[in-house]
Amino acid sequence: MYLKSAYEIRDKYLRKDMLPTIFCPGCGIGSALQYTLRAIDDLGLNPDEIVWVSGIGCSSRVPGFVNFDGLHTTHGRALAFATGIKLANPDLKIIAFMGDGDAAAIGGNHFIHAIRRNLDITVILINNFTYGMTGGQVAPTALKGLRGTTAPYGQFENPFDIADLAVSAGANYVARWSVFNYLQGINSIKKALQKEGFTLVEFLSPCPISFGRRNRMKTAPELLRWYQRITVPISKAKNMSPEELEGKIVIGEFVDRDRPGLIREYEEYKKRAKRMMGWEE
Amino acid sequence: MRYPFPVGKSDFIQGDEAIARAAILAGCRFYAGYPITPASEIFEAMALYMPLVDGVSIQMEDELASMAAIIGASWAGAKAMTATSGPGFSLMQENLGYAIMTETPVVVVDVQRGGPSTGQPTLAAQGDIMQAIWGTHGDHSLIVLSPSTVQEAFDMTIRAFNLAEKYRTPVVLLTDAEIAHMRERVYIPLPEEIEIVERKLPANEEEAKYPFGDIHGDGIPPMPIFGKGYRTYVTGLTHDERGRPKTVDAEVHERLIKRIVEKLERNKADIVSYETFGMEDAEIAIVSTGIVARSAIRAVKILRERGIKAGMLKLNTIWPFDFDMIEELAERVEKIYVPEMNLGQLYHLVREGANGKAEVKLISKIGGEVHTPMEIVERVVS
Ligand SMILES: Cc1ncc(C[n+]2csc(CCOP(=O)(O)OP(=O)(O)O)c2C)c(N)n1
Ligand code: SF4
Repeated sequence: MYLKSAYEIRDKYLRKDMLPTIFCPGCGIGSALQYTLRAIDDLGLNPDEIVWVSGIGCSSRVPGFVNFDGLHTTHGRALAFATGIKLANPDLKIIAFMGDGDAAAIGGNHFIHAIRRNLDITVILINNFTYGMTGGQVAPTALKGLRGTTAPYGQFENPFDIADLAVSAGANYVARWSVFNYLQGINSIKKALQKEGFTLVEFLSPCPISFGRRNRMKTAPELLRWYQRITVPISKAKNMSPEELEGKIVIGEFVDRDRPGLIREYEEYKKRAKRMMGWEE
Repeated sequence: MRYPFPVGKSDFIQGDEAIARAAILAGCRFYAGYPITPASEIFEAMALYMPLVDGVSIQMEDELASMAAIIGASWAGAKAMTATSGPGFSLMQENLGYAIMTETPVVVVDVQRGGPSTGQPTLAAQGDIMQAIWGTHGDHSLIVLSPSTVQEAFDMTIRAFNLAEKYRTPVVLLTDAEIAHMRERVYIPLPEEIEIVERKLPANEEEAKYPFGDIHGDGIPPMPIFGKGYRTYVTGLTHDERGRPKTVDAEVHERLIKRIVEKLERNKADIVSYETFGMEDAEIAIVSTGIVARSAIRAVKILRERGIKAGMLKLNTIWPFDFDMIEELAERVEKIYVPEMNLGQLYHLVREGANGKAEVKLISKIGGEVHTPMEIVERVVS
């Protein structure tokens, strides 16, 4: 099914004059990007009708490297900008690339409200448990005990489970994989891109440089083995006790539903307004 | 086009309502906001009108989001506006800087109330003059307009959209609680009576390759909006003419920032607007803006009746600031008085403009009430 080589995908969609990327060796952001481009390619979507948005962070640099319209905004606020783009021109399909700090810390409020509104957007969320760009501070996703430059003795706060949060806030589609689950990852992005409303694909993504180094996992393979240890497929997790799930991260598809998206709701609202004013029958 | 309010006739309305109607007539089709006194009525009017004119009005989670949303809408091709008051305006400063850096046309209304902090929500003030001009970080410039009447609030809203589109920049309409809630007769023109400016779009693929390049020599690059196949990348990072991030290149940074600032500086003659009353033979000048200018005009009349040659300069724009014009004025008069509803913000600008050529005196008043004409008169004669 995925016969195209990575070179073909690169040549077709990346801005050559922007290469090389800023990503460190072993970083998982490139993989998530490749999966997204493969999904777009497989679905035959028109790049002229897609806008990429992002906030600030390593993950947020992605829109700069792809040859599409793109808005690289302020830290955490990509989804607020995207709300304006989408409502002003509903014909545009929007893909947001976000870091876990970007989405769940500074952007937490924009994140839950974009989901509550069911903003028509696909979010690709890079969860590396850390602030990569600023050098390895703890993120709100960091599991207890993980180290960061701002929690040198190990995180003492509870982490956010972003996928869970998105399901409760009302997203239409939520899936989480590690970047090593490439087939599932691509399939999830394809599903997400075809759905109305808010869709989220979260990737556990290795950041050997800012995160791994401080947590005795200096390379991507070491992080891969760690992900294998801490992740539990959702089907298996259903039969596990809370004690057994302590310190584990569930992966899989969390929700897949078809609530009306913000654009459809607003179109209805406009019609209702005109009816109520007697402008239309 | 059908309008949800009467056009081509006068109406007796509040300042906030006037701003909303003017925005619709100026072509605004995207409004994002967060409620705050005394700006909420702008939002409420937009909420009523927007769906009827096929526009969008949306209540965001906060002012950071509102400012972000209007910038996004502008890149998607819409004329967009938000309105707020002091505390909300503070929250908008991060993304106001982003709009300046990315040269995004948007209109931000700040209906001033007493501050700092949540201060006096229902009372008027002019405490955001410095925030409007210098609130965001870094070297920058933008346009700030200041109405004194409800009619001016209407007219300047249309002008704010036109200037935003013409110069590809955010424009702040700086008004206050007094004008926001005061009812006055306003002429709402027919659409054909209004001059509407649209942003310069790229003429072809080649022009679209330089969304931040001075390709026409006027400092204002055409704006390739999203969805037209131009594949434009927009970033708040320092970027070159093509929009590529160049964050450690001093030359690129200097070229970009200077162009952004100079495109407004060199068009001062078009942007700066002021009115004078009795300045021909004046020995004393009163310089003021916004609601206070109304008391100042009355004060000038009273002073003249008492045989004092007073004149008045009413500033309709606060930024860009015409320092040279103030210096010329200072050369002609002995004293300049600056009545304003704060502890001295416009005063700083006027003093700098006067450049020592005339004595500049502040007539400050805070707490929520506008200066009475007699308060100004008494300070001048004392
Ligand atoms: C308002 C603001 N605060 C702080 C920063 C500094 N900053 C830049 S990126 C970043 C965190 C990035 O972490 P994350 O979102 O997880 O993305 P990653 O780099 O890990 O992909 C921070 C705190 C900023 N740019 N803006
Ligand atoms: S710091 Fe981490 S997230 Fe950022 S590019 Fe390097 S490996 Fe990737």
